[in-house]
Amino acid sequence: MPPDMRPLAHAQQSFRRGVLQARLQVPAAVAGLPGPSRERRFSVYRNNVKASLVAALKAKFTVIERLVGEEFFEATALVFVERHPPRSPVLAEYGGGFASFLEVFEPAADLPYLPDVARLEWARHRAFHAADATPVAIDRLATLAADDLHDTRLTLHPATAVAASPWPIVSIWTTNTFDAETRRIGPDHAGEIALITRPQDDVLVNVLPPGSDLLIAALREGRALGTAIGQAPASLDLARTLALLFRAGAVVGLLKGISE
Amino acid sequence: MAADRSPRAGAGLKPQHQRHILDGRPDVGWFEVHAENYMGAGGPPHRFLERVRALYPVSLHGVGLSIGSAGGLTPGHLGRLGAVAERYQPFLISEHLAWSTHDGVFLNDLLPLPYDDATLALVIRHVDEVQSALGRRILIENPSTYLRFKGEEMEETEFLGALARRSGCGLLLDVNNVVVSAANRGFDPLAYLDAFPVEHVGEIHLAGHAVLQDSDGCLLVDTHDRSVPPEVWDLHRRLIERLGPLPTLIEWDADVPAWPILEAEVAQAESVLRHGDELRAHAA
Repeated sequence: MPPDMRPLAHAQQSFRRGVLQARLQVPAAVAGLPGPSRERRFSVYRNNVKASLVAALKAKFTVIERLVGEEFFEATALVFVERHPPRSPVLAEYGGGFASFLEVFEPAADLPYLPDVARLEWARHRAFHAADATPVAIDRLATLAADDLHDTRLTLHPATAVAASPWPIVSIWTTNTFDAETRRIGPDHAGEIALITRPQDDVLVNVLPPGSDLLIAALREGRALGTAIGQAPASLDLARTLALLFRAGAVVGLLKGISE
Repeated sequence: MAADRSPRAGAGLKPQHQRHILDGRPDVGWFEVHAENYMGAGGPPHRFLERVRALYPVSLHGVGLSIGSAGGLTPGHLGRLGAVAERYQPFLISEHLAWSTHDGVFLNDLLPLPYDDATLALVIRHVDEVQSALGRRILIENPSTYLRFKGEEMEETEFLGALARRSGCGLLLDVNNVVVSAANRGFDPLAYLDAFPVEHVGEIHLAGHAVLQDSDGCLLVDTHDRSVPPEVWDLHRRLIERLGPLPTLIEWDADVPAWPILEAEVAQAESVLRHGDELRAHAA
């Protein structure tokens, strides 16, 4: 950096610290003016930065906000913003670390399912902005000979994501998204695997059969169908899993006959 | 826009207005979008903008390039801006005299710069870099500010004039920002407009602001969440009478109203521009 840029770099460094940290501290480079104090003037920027980033998280994690309430959500989001500010000027990319943050955020420890619900919401957000592709119908599988099927690779739609959880995250997400009065979901409710897809404009959320996350992970790594099935538990309901994947628009291509 | 047509008024494009715009095809001159909202790989935002672009001229307004960063432009961001420009062929591309990224952290606000020679040289370098990468002229917008820095060496109008002269960029004159900064920094908006290097202006922005009154005085905050106030309309009319019609945008980004309310604001700006046409015709 040229020496004459150092004062500006220094001012921006203290501005950055000043707008993000919890305590109000006006950068030394800020001049006094008649009327409102330096503190009030600087606070406009602090408020703009923090309020806009909290609002950006709010827009993406609406179910988390409903689960914890507005006040708790805003306080939580504010701590996240202070500790993990965005690293990209594209605001749609901000919030990927929120689920992991919730895992270690002590005040939310009573709600152990929050991080996985946040992962589902983040996957939905990512799916909305993912690249477009045209899903293929399951009929295409039927055109393959049984031997070819084993060696076939499925190309997944770029929007496709899976969120597996020991908690019933899809049931929690669904009732908090669509019901004016949320349905009570018992503590003995089984965990759920969420399939997130976006075949056209709308993002879809479905529940996948148990064990299917391992199958899909193998498919995503480029394994052929036969190999992927081998990596899933024997109890997996394969017919239902494949039917759901195709119906939800998760598959955009079949590459057949490439041996491993 | 066709060269033989007089500049028109436009509106900021909002997803809430999708149905009104695509089905109703309102008679507004053009739409402006924030470039960063279209840097995703795909999905409904792009489908909406593609359909709008097929019907209207589009202007690209960047909010994340951080042209005043002491540490340089954010790596990769300029390429993404170029890709959006390539895809949508905007008739104008603009950014702000401000910074928002430091040490890789993006603060999501248009933060102020000290108006001194070192900053001017930096901003000129960055504008050069942007214009070379995009292969075209960009417009730089005067910011809304709430404070000033110690040791500033020139007025904002001088800074912008030198920037435009030395980098070849144009300017985007945000009239609401003039009113906001004038109240906050204690200058006369009319004197500011008299001193503004108007020969470089390629676009005008109009918006509303909030008034924060406290015991030690009043601050105006650039909120874009309401209709354009009378003072801003008055300055806009004076500018158009002086300069002739210029592409004029109504910015309404928060508490976005129903389409007819925004459309009425655009129509009001349009009537000012047509009044400017008449004055020019009389003078000719």
